[in-house]
Amino acid sequence: MEEIFAKFVSQKISKTRWRPVPPGSLQPAETFVTGSWDNEENSVSLWCIGDFGNLSSDGGFEGDHQLLCDIKHHGDVMDLQTLSVSQEWVGAHYHIGPGSPSYRSAPCTGIVCNSPEIVTVGEDGRINLFRVDYKEAVRTIDNADSSTLHAVTFLRTPEILTVNSIGQLKIWDFRQQGNEPSQILSLTGDRVPLHCVDRHPNQQHVVATGGQDGMLSIWDVRQGSMPVSLLKAHEAEMWEVHFHPSNPDHLFTCSEDGSLWHWDASTEVPEKSSLFHQGGRNSTLLAHPSSNQLNVNQSLISSWLSTDPAKDRIEITSLLPNRTLSVNSLDVLGSCLLCGTDAEAIYVTRQLFS
Amino acid sequence: MLSKPEGPDRQFPSQPGSGAGSFVRREIWGPGVCGGPRTPGACVDQTGNMEELDGEPTLTLIPGVNSKKRQMCFDWGPGEMLVCETLFKKKEKEEKMLGCPFIYIVRKDIDVYSRILRKLFNESHGIFVGLQRIEEESTGKSRKAQLVRVSKNYRSVIRACMEEMHQVAIAAQDPVSGRQYSSQVSILSAMELIWNLCEILFIEVAPAGPLLLHLLDWVRLHVCEMDALSADVLGSENPNKHENFWNLATLFVLQGRLDEARQMLSKEADANPASASMCRVLGDLMRTMPILSPGNTQTLTELELKWQHWHEECERHLQDGTFASNPHLESLCKIMLGDDSALLEQKELLSNWYHFLVTRLLYSHPTVKPIELHFYAQSSLDLFLGGDSSPEPLDNILMAAFEFDIHQVIKECSIALSNWWFVAHLTDLLDHCKLLHSHNLYFGSNMREFLLLEYASGLFAHHSLWQLGVDYFDHCPELGRVYLELHIERIPLNTEQKALKILRICERRQMTEQVRSICKILAMKAVCNNRLGSALSWSIRAKDAAFATLVSDRFLKDYCERGSFSDLDLIDNLGAAMMLSDRLTFLGKYREFHRLYGEKRFADAASLLLSLMTSQIAPRSFWMTLLTDALPLLEQKQVIFSAEQTYELMQCLEDLTIGRTESRDLEGQRLQDDDIETTKVEMLRLALARNLARAIVKEGTLEGS
Repeated sequence: MEEIFAKFVSQKISKTRWRPVPPGSLQPAETFVTGSWDNEENSVSLWCIGDFGNLSSDGGFEGDHQLLCDIKHHGDVMDLQTLSVSQEWVGAHYHIGPGSPSYRSAPCTGIVCNSPEIVTVGEDGRINLFRVDYKEAVRTIDNADSSTLHAVTFLRTPEILTVNSIGQLKIWDFRQQGNEPSQILSLTGDRVPLHCVDRHPNQQHVVATGGQDGMLSIWDVRQGSMPVSLLKAHEAEMWEVHFHPSNPDHLFTCSEDGSLWHWDASTEVPEKSSLFHQGGRNSTLLAHPSSNQLNVNQSLISSWLSTDPAKDRIEITSLLPNRTLSVNSLDVLGSCLLCGTDAEAIYVTRQLFS
Repeated sequence: MLSKPEGPDRQFPSQPGSGAGSFVRREIWGPGVCGGPRTPGACVDQTGNMEELDGEPTLTLIPGVNSKKRQMCFDWGPGEMLVCETLFKKKEKEEKMLGCPFIYIVRKDIDVYSRILRKLFNESHGIFVGLQRIEEESTGKSRKAQLVRVSKNYRSVIRACMEEMHQVAIAAQDPVSGRQYSSQVSILSAMELIWNLCEILFIEVAPAGPLLLHLLDWVRLHVCEMDALSADVLGSENPNKHENFWNLATLFVLQGRLDEARQMLSKEADANPASASMCRVLGDLMRTMPILSPGNTQTLTELELKWQHWHEECERHLQDGTFASNPHLESLCKIMLGDDSALLEQKELLSNWYHFLVTRLLYSHPTVKPIELHFYAQSSLDLFLGGDSSPEPLDNILMAAFEFDIHQVIKECSIALSNWWFVAHLTDLLDHCKLLHSHNLYFGSNMREFLLLEYASGLFAHHSLWQLGVDYFDHCPELGRVYLELHIERIPLNTEQKALKILRICERRQMTEQVRSICKILAMKAVCNNRLGSALSWSIRAKDAAFATLVSDRFLKDYCERGSFSDLDLIDNLGAAMMLSDRLTFLGKYREFHRLYGEKRFADAASLLLSLMTSQIAPRSFWMTLLTDALPLLEQKQVIFSAEQTYELMQCLEDLTIGRTESRDLEGQRLQDDDIETTKVEMLRLALARNLARAIVKEGTLEGS
């Protein structure tokens, strides 16, 4: 994490997303989109990293990112997903939520794409299913939730998972008719709102959520209605959580308290090793240059679900040097990490695991 | 360089009372004129009871208003002012004139709206917050080093901003905006110049000797024509023939860059063998000039002695006429002797009086003490301007700094600059250097706090930068909290996400009143959108019992109309929050009754139903519904209500009917409704009586057996 580039962009960033690279490509990601919020005029912007000779007129150095283009966006950008229809075409899709009963438009808070399907959720507690080639919503679930739906993700192809502001995970199966979820999982008692959700890229039953109190919860949707583990993390709302898409032992979270954390559950300590050996090994790991290193002895294995505390540990590294305002969004792809903050800065690193 | 801003970008510092969002109409002003701003400078008054006006207020004409015939009214806002035409009619005039149909918003701090300056605000916010965290305990060298580093960070942000603004100014398509950007560049460059000088004099507090080195760096940094000129001349094919060759050599000498000057002399010597020996002599003089280098341990007295010796040698060469045949070299030698008239001949190259001052000090008083600075500064200014022109605001500011009059610096900056950013941050930094402690204003808190409050209020007036303002208010111990409370309530809540961010700000600071009001707004919005579940969540978060009751009533009403509950996911999971209000408890418990009933746990359901009435949790208006709910339980095959419970149910029914007959006597209408009601009561009585009979029999048999 030696090199994190910061760029101030004169707008508060609500979402950041990498443009997906073609599968098998060895090139690091270099194009990303950002969305702004709370401006008089918001925009979705496309940025590119790298040297462009003619473009870097304002003294851009290697690793600095340049604005390629932007479009005006009516209202705050709440969520962004990139959707590749062909290898060349990348567009940011967004949708302003459908009208609530009194036909005032309600904010759409989350979106997820799985070409050709697009699912959106909103403050009106409604779920919409769109298809790229259809003008109208293919399926709408009214009153899917009594409170605000904050985020959505695909679980398996016809199933989606939503999180709401009363601490519940709901699984919806589009094969089933009716407006009832197929399963409800919830945090105990306190109804702490959940703000983000991500599914393990390989193990589709493993789901991570982040809540208002900054807790990270790991769920196994196959069993039980309670989280497998609750990890005390940030001091304020966790806005986004992401498993690393190709290296899912790594998890990334960002929060209102202005921090961006890297959770590394890959440091498996062989069971045979002595305590002494463990210590030695960890001291080398702790020689990381970043500050704010924590070691958590937690019940997580590479699969994030193990319950044997002696076996595994998670290393948490804080990735941003000095925290100030909220980190609203992050995205990770390969060795590239991207995040956007309320302090109107975009941070990019392309040497995540160096 | 630093021009007085005109028009609406003049600052209107509001008085403490009017500062944070109190919209009080003050007075109606004269025709079409709004002006009369007080600058914060006017508040800096040692005696603490009188204010004087610094400079004339500027006039701002409101477009579309005939200032001769119309009158204006205005209203203060937190960071802006509303101005509109009044419908004031004079008695004798009946003619109707079309007035100006607009209400104008006059913003005092337009810099906040600049895209590029936003970067300055955001980046410096981080530095500001970092500065507040610097340990009070750390003292001496380490603290000073920290503060100098902070100051340098601020300056580098200004510079970055300036460079970007410069790029934009060059790229600007139309000349008007190009000029605007250019004037911003010059303002930013002036800010950096002032800040740098303040850093040297107030923060670094360099002693005699190093002081001059700092001042030299200061001048070198800010006379940027140098680099272009140097590249132009030295990059040319034949530098000696370049028209600016001697200008560049002179500039090098003026800035004390003697190594570079010597290189140029050797070029001249190569190209011009006739003057080679002269060049060598002058080059030797340059090489032998004693200077204080940072690593050197020699004392000031030693340096002064050596310097005196060197100075005499220069003088001797001049008098011997060593350079008489070459006017260029002679003038260089005169400069190195610190000769005022020789220096003033280079006015063009010096470009400003502070450069003149530093060069003069370099060649005539290299060990100048901080305390003597203002004397040389004043004489340099007088000599340089030579009575041709009067000093500009920037000159006054720099002069005040040389006089070590911090308050004057801040006051002049407040008047001259078009935003509060500069004074607020500089004052805060100087306050951390413990340089302002004795100074209190005659209102509010101290000057640091006053300026920070003004700056942060400006940020709060902006639709997006308000988040930065929060941290500034946090570090205003006296009035910051009140300002924050008043400002934060006035931020529009467009989305829940924004509301959550504001709530987090309030909750972190235990601003319970604001949390309540924000949650209430959100709950009300949810009710208007018919999102009862959301509304209930918000009122639970606000711990707002009254509103929870209202929402619960809506739920119950919906239930009565539709016969089923909505938003079960929430109501079933209320938990301890159910205790917030009686009505909410009832709602939760009533729903629990339905669940028990659905699960066929009739005995539990029955006792819960009864307890809802006997404990008076259920509202009277709902009793009939509850009793009707009891009907199917009474009609079950097995006996569910015990005899005692049945008596209690009967009691409830009788209480209810007595109340009803009384009210019916008053109304005497709605016969048909009453018919249904009477039938219901009759059915209930019958069912109760039958149940009672069965219960008595059953209990009797059980006891008997």
